[in-house]
Amino acid sequence: MLLNHTTSKIVERKALTVNPAKTCQPIGAMYAALGVHGCLPHSHGSQGCCSYHRSTLTRHYKEPVMAATSSFTEGSSVFGGQANLLQAITNIFTIYEPDIIAVHSTCLSETIGDDLGQIVSKAASDGKIPEGKHVIQAPTPSYVGSHVTGYANMLEGIVKYFAKKSDELKNQLNILSGWVEPSDMRELKRILKLMKVKNVLLPDTSDVLDSPMTGKFEMYPKGGTTIPEMVSMGDSLHTIALGEWATEKAAVNLDNQCKVKFSMQDLPIGIQATDRFIQSLAKLGSVSVPESINDERGRLVDVITDMHQYLYNKRVALWGDPDQLIPLAEFLVDMDMKPVYIVSGTPGKAFEKRMEKILGKSVPEAKYKNGANADMLLMHQWIKENPVDLLIGNTYGKYISRDENIPFVRMGFPIIDRVGHSYFPTLGYMGGLRILEKILSVLMDRQDATCPEESFELVM
Amino acid sequence: MERIIKERSTQVHTIGTSVHDLDCEKKSLAGSVSQRACVFCGSRVVLYPIADALHLIHGPIGCAAYTWDIRGALSSGPQLHRLSFSTDLRERDVVFGGEPKLYTALTELIEAYQPKAAFVYSTCIVGVIGDDVEAVCRKVSAEQKIDVLPVMAEGFKGTKKDGYKAACDALSKLVGTDNEFQAPPFSINILGDFNLAGELWMLKEYYEKIGVNIITGLTGDGRINEIRQAHKASINVVQCSGSMMHLAKEMEEKYGIPFIKVSYFGIEDMADALYEVAGFFKNDEMLEKARNLVSEEIKTLLPALAPFKEKLQGKKAAIYVGGAFKAISLVKALRLIGMKTVMVGSQTGNKDDYNLLKKLCDEGTIIVDDSNPNELSEFVKEKGVDLFIGGVKERPIAYKLGIGFCDHNHERKEALAGFEGMLNFANEVYASVTSPVWKFFKR
Repeated sequence: MLLNHTTSKIVERKALTVNPAKTCQPIGAMYAALGVHGCLPHSHGSQGCCSYHRSTLTRHYKEPVMAATSSFTEGSSVFGGQANLLQAITNIFTIYEPDIIAVHSTCLSETIGDDLGQIVSKAASDGKIPEGKHVIQAPTPSYVGSHVTGYANMLEGIVKYFAKKSDELKNQLNILSGWVEPSDMRELKRILKLMKVKNVLLPDTSDVLDSPMTGKFEMYPKGGTTIPEMVSMGDSLHTIALGEWATEKAAVNLDNQCKVKFSMQDLPIGIQATDRFIQSLAKLGSVSVPESINDERGRLVDVITDMHQYLYNKRVALWGDPDQLIPLAEFLVDMDMKPVYIVSGTPGKAFEKRMEKILGKSVPEAKYKNGANADMLLMHQWIKENPVDLLIGNTYGKYISRDENIPFVRMGFPIIDRVGHSYFPTLGYMGGLRILEKILSVLMDRQDATCPEESFELVM
Repeated sequence: MERIIKERSTQVHTIGTSVHDLDCEKKSLAGSVSQRACVFCGSRVVLYPIADALHLIHGPIGCAAYTWDIRGALSSGPQLHRLSFSTDLRERDVVFGGEPKLYTALTELIEAYQPKAAFVYSTCIVGVIGDDVEAVCRKVSAEQKIDVLPVMAEGFKGTKKDGYKAACDALSKLVGTDNEFQAPPFSINILGDFNLAGELWMLKEYYEKIGVNIITGLTGDGRINEIRQAHKASINVVQCSGSMMHLAKEMEEKYGIPFIKVSYFGIEDMADALYEVAGFFKNDEMLEKARNLVSEEIKTLLPALAPFKEKLQGKKAAIYVGGAFKAISLVKALRLIGMKTVMVGSQTGNKDDYNLLKKLCDEGTIIVDDSNPNELSEFVKEKGVDLFIGGVKERPIAYKLGIGFCDHNHERKEALAGFEGMLNFANEVYASVTSPVWKFFKR
């Protein structure tokens, strides 16, 4: 029993987080920047931050993850990190030759008061940024928000720097993607192509963090949103921002800076959220929904119909990021399941309101919490009080799964003990089908493994 | 190699052709994609295996999240070390100070988990915002009647090596606090083994077979009460010289306990580790037992290694690990299975280690300090390497280049130390180098 310290009695905690359901901002900024073509993320802080983020992303994607660091020393913490960053910019453009450096801060550089904007301006005026090269920046203090906030801040930094409004309106939509896998970004592009909607997808980590085996190490793989694409975002018809926590800041910025209006939407996870996404694509892109997309929806609904008896009333515990959890909870309710416990370490008031709306009537017994002390210890204590049939969340659920003997579907970040997330999407109707298949597999495998012999069935 | 930046050229040395000595123990260049980590990381990996202690990380959430159960340091009992505890500092705490939160968190934790002792790690901003972590630890220690040990590990205050020292400083406060204990004869401490994949248990078995008693692993499968008794040992046997040398030296000064440096990788080094301990005790029976043990082990091991050696003969290896001392053993272990090391480097090696490597390796071998992915991949291509030995960040780079890989770091899944470990090592290397997957693309 790895978690034999957990008691079912919930002790009030004031200052302590045990087994967090979040991590800190900079890793989100690093992930978002990897979805830009030819971009090298840069961590302005101690070496360890950069090393930890690269290791965590590497464990999740099983891919090389490149990022540079300002390598703070004791001197930098006293005199400020300006000299380090200026030297870093020169060194990076000389050795690693990216088109773009995406600098994010850390708790240390924020606390000592480094102003990234000012330092980058100085680098530009000192001529340290070669012609045609770019340095973008985003403040990502680790003590505010969570990893999702860092992703949001970097997206904002990217559009702020690149998106330009010209006189010519472009017949295209901006799609701002929340924190999802390369497979999901690939799936979004597939859907957009089927819908015949011209678009710019930002960021786009497909072909960066799911790159094929070629026998070559590419520092900058072929994927990622390109500079001309990002510049053109200022001339788009409209922005669809998927996932409030991760993309709202960038959407608002595009609106303010380039007068591109936006629609704030959920990540298209499950039937209803995908319906909403497809409908707004049709409306904003002035296209009709092709039969093939309707068929995908039909197939998903068909499988739910077929297998409803195995889903009905199953109690589910989920954890992760609000942008995923909200549409996922909605999807589970639509499948007649009961998401009874939900935690996210990521703060934000909208979480409770959205959950209340989705669960208030259908699952009145549901408990959900986000922000401070909403961690895996709390989740475990809830489960000990009254167990569940299924766990859905990142790798850190494996302790609870083992100790309490509960089937477990991995979804979210990080997944450092299984593969598949990089290659099979959870977005769209086809993604919904994958979630459904995974849920059914673990539930039905469990039934096969544990039911009495007389009720062991060949046909299910 | 045109892409080595000028400032880094002194940290790369080719045996036989380079005129300069290898430069090391330098700060990394700002802007490098360094494979190095920080002070906190160094202290965390060293103390982490102490399984019945609390490990509370004082700082924003990331430092706790990224170090949550990532090291396969096994415990034969309590699993408290595998949980992640954080004060999760927020903006408010950064402005008004994190001491109250630290005090409350520590108190809550100690009451809930009743640990044998607590380690409190300071992270980057703790020093900057001026929290007096030592004072809070003293206060809680007095109130709760357990040792609460501050680990001064602000990330920017040096390299991973300084983190090892911070960890040793915390440990040295525990060592010597149990004077009741009477050590049996021939007692040693094992320093610098972290029981990854159960390696310490294997070593323990070897030592016990030759009549040596182990008071404590520092810190593999570590327990607070045993660490308190560590000063009763006759000798400290130190592996991974980087991480535990400070403690070994301090214990020598304070308690007059001598130390020897050993390695447990490869047959030669493992055998020497046993002989040297027996030699220290000047005990013929022990030496005889050690000789018997080694010859028994070799009798089964060498034939078992032979088929691997046949298949791997002449293959080329590149090594890039945390400390250079480990690299020395690896070069020897690779030789044992017929492989030649053509590139070897480390994040934090020192002059002595690198000089040893220079003597040990063949002409033309590249030796490199604090390298980066660009350099590593260039060297690997240039040398036509078949196997890369490294850690988590190097693995996917090696695979992308189409070469085999062996994790000799936290993520090893099989014990690689000792005689059994040598066979596991050969098996792992063989499996990766000869995997059928390599035929599906051109290197």
